Amino acid sequence: MIERPAVRVQSLRKAFDVPVRQPGLKASIGALFKRETREVVAVDELNFEVGAGEVVGFLGPNGAGKTTSLKMLAGLLHPTSGTAEVLGFTPWQRQPAYLRKMALIMGNRNQLQWDLPVLDSFELVRSIYRLPRQQFTDTRDEMIALLELGALVDKPVRNLSLGERMKAEIAGALLHLPAVLFLDEPTIGLDITMQKRIRTFVAEYNRKQGATVLLTSHYMADVQALCKRVIVIDHGTVLFDGGLQRLADEFGSTKTIVARLDVADGEKLDTYGRSATNRGDGTWSIQVTRSEVAEVTGRLLAEQAVVDLTIEDPPIEDVIERVFSRGSTPA
Amino acid sequence: MITAEPASGPIAETEPGRFREFRTNALWLWRYYTQFMRLAIITQFQYRAANYFYMIGMIAEPVVYLVVWSTIARTNGGSVGGFTPGTFAAYYIVWTLVRNINIVFTPFGWEQRIKDGELSGLLLQPIHPIHRDLAFFAGWKVIVIILWLPIAAALTLIFHPSLSPTVWQCVVFFLALWGAYLIRSMFLWALGLISLWTTRVSAIFQAYFMAELLLSGRLVPLTLMPKWARSLAGVLPFQSTFGFPITALTGPITDAQLWHGLLTQLWWIVVGGLIVKLMWRRGIRRFASVGG
Repeated sequence: MIERPAVRVQSLRKAFDVPVRQPGLKASIGALFKRETREVVAVDELNFEVGAGEVVGFLGPNGAGKTTSLKMLAGLLHPTSGTAEVLGFTPWQRQPAYLRKMALIMGNRNQLQWDLPVLDSFELVRSIYRLPRQQFTDTRDEMIALLELGALVDKPVRNLSLGERMKAEIAGALLHLPAVLFLDEPTIGLDITMQKRIRTFVAEYNRKQGATVLLTSHYMADVQALCKRVIVIDHGTVLFDGGLQRLADEFGSTKTIVARLDVADGEKLDTYGRSATNRGDGTWSIQVTRSEVAEVTGRLLAEQAVVDLTIEDPPIEDVIERVFSRGSTPA
Repeated sequence: MITAEPASGPIAETEPGRFREFRTNALWLWRYYTQFMRLAIITQFQYRAANYFYMIGMIAEPVVYLVVWSTIARTNGGSVGGFTPGTFAAYYIVWTLVRNINIVFTPFGWEQRIKDGELSGLLLQPIHPIHRDLAFFAGWKVIVIILWLPIAAALTLIFHPSLSPTVWQCVVFFLALWGAYLIRSMFLWALGLISLWTTRVSAIFQAYFMAELLLSGRLVPLTLMPKWARSLAGVLPFQSTFGFPITALTGPITDAQLWHGLLTQLWWIVVGGLIVKLMWRRGIRRFASVGG
């Protein structure tokens, strides 16, 4: 039996009518009588599926249509055309049963009660989502422990730092234990430690709840730590949909061989691959094309006193950039 | 970590029968309201000084009306249109409470709510956002009433109101206060929803407030207005939000008029609710969620 995907998107399109007006008084008066608009297509014929329990990175440059897509899947926006199904619901019908099963967390969002201690906001969440007292208390305490919120929950939200507030926001958004989680830049503006803690928490939540997660982030560390699969979009359409490794394989044209030698000999290593850089302490980085990897590695091992050798993919940022610049899925 | 209930837990889904479902939903809504009202009280207590200054500022308006009309009454041989300085005092002192109970989420707040992305957050919750506003402002009223009492006492000492309501009038007044609150909430919510169609709606709001000022009994008791204005006020909701609650307590008013007033309020609550429902259903499809 084929398992039903948690998220299914078919030919989804969202276009906005944006008012346009030429500068100057004449145009301004003209606009009183005839309002001109221009259609801006944010999402265009988007198609993908996400299996239950999957964590998928949803990547793209600014203006690619990521947030618009997530907002449609969360039921905030009605699409211009196309269909989407999340957990069997049509998101923009905004049925309470659906809203009780999903969460959209945006990095710049503040849903907590500004003037009240975090715990009071959590109590409100309990009443909104009709959570049984015991389940709520247990989940809340566990979230507080996992996100190290203990010292913060009795402070008014306005007194929390950005990172502290984000942690509290995430805890508040997950108290009803959503089965589908849309994360839009959840670590934006946070320091490295806080980013790491949130990543760990999301991974833990996915593992224990079996929740489906669709994540957008400009921090590739988020994507690498959480997602086995990525969907890359630009101009509202899918450019790539597959595993992170496949992305590197298909779009990363080069690899880096890092070799540590017993005796450093820069002259000789220059003849390997496209370029070689001495990192010091006898360690060299050699850029090679993918087809050259086996041959260059073989030569290195045969001709040099290699103590250690690793083969690295190019940084994921470079790969993604290559996807954007190419603008289509490779054949 | 705790595991979610298999059916994700809404109580209504686990109990068969429409009545039970209705009862469960009503109970849940009641709990939501009490919880949110409690939070509103806690929040507003933090701003008690600001609230007090706001209320003191607000009494300037009725005091001006009161002084002007009392002066006119005295120069007119002691009364005008049946109002004496004492009954004017009663009218405008009760006015101060009605006005405070009438404070609801304004249409101006809607522009900000959309711009800041707050509406997006509310749309993610499995409850209609109007309940949040109704609950929050209803909770705020508890603080308002507590703060109003000394103000009313001071105004009473200064202006000597003539007020002798019956128990039934007091009961109707209490109901009418909340009726006025609901009517004004519905109509200003509907007005605010226009923000989903256009971004600059302040002029429309101002026109509404001007009509309300003149045709509600806020500026002047409606019995002192010309006949055409009274007729117009009779077919608009404004009177139910100011004139009726005030007159219900201050009189003179018959039992039939009290009943008529309450039923009229009920009518406008239903009409307002339907307008909100219709506008919400259409407007939310246009929502661009640009603010977040």
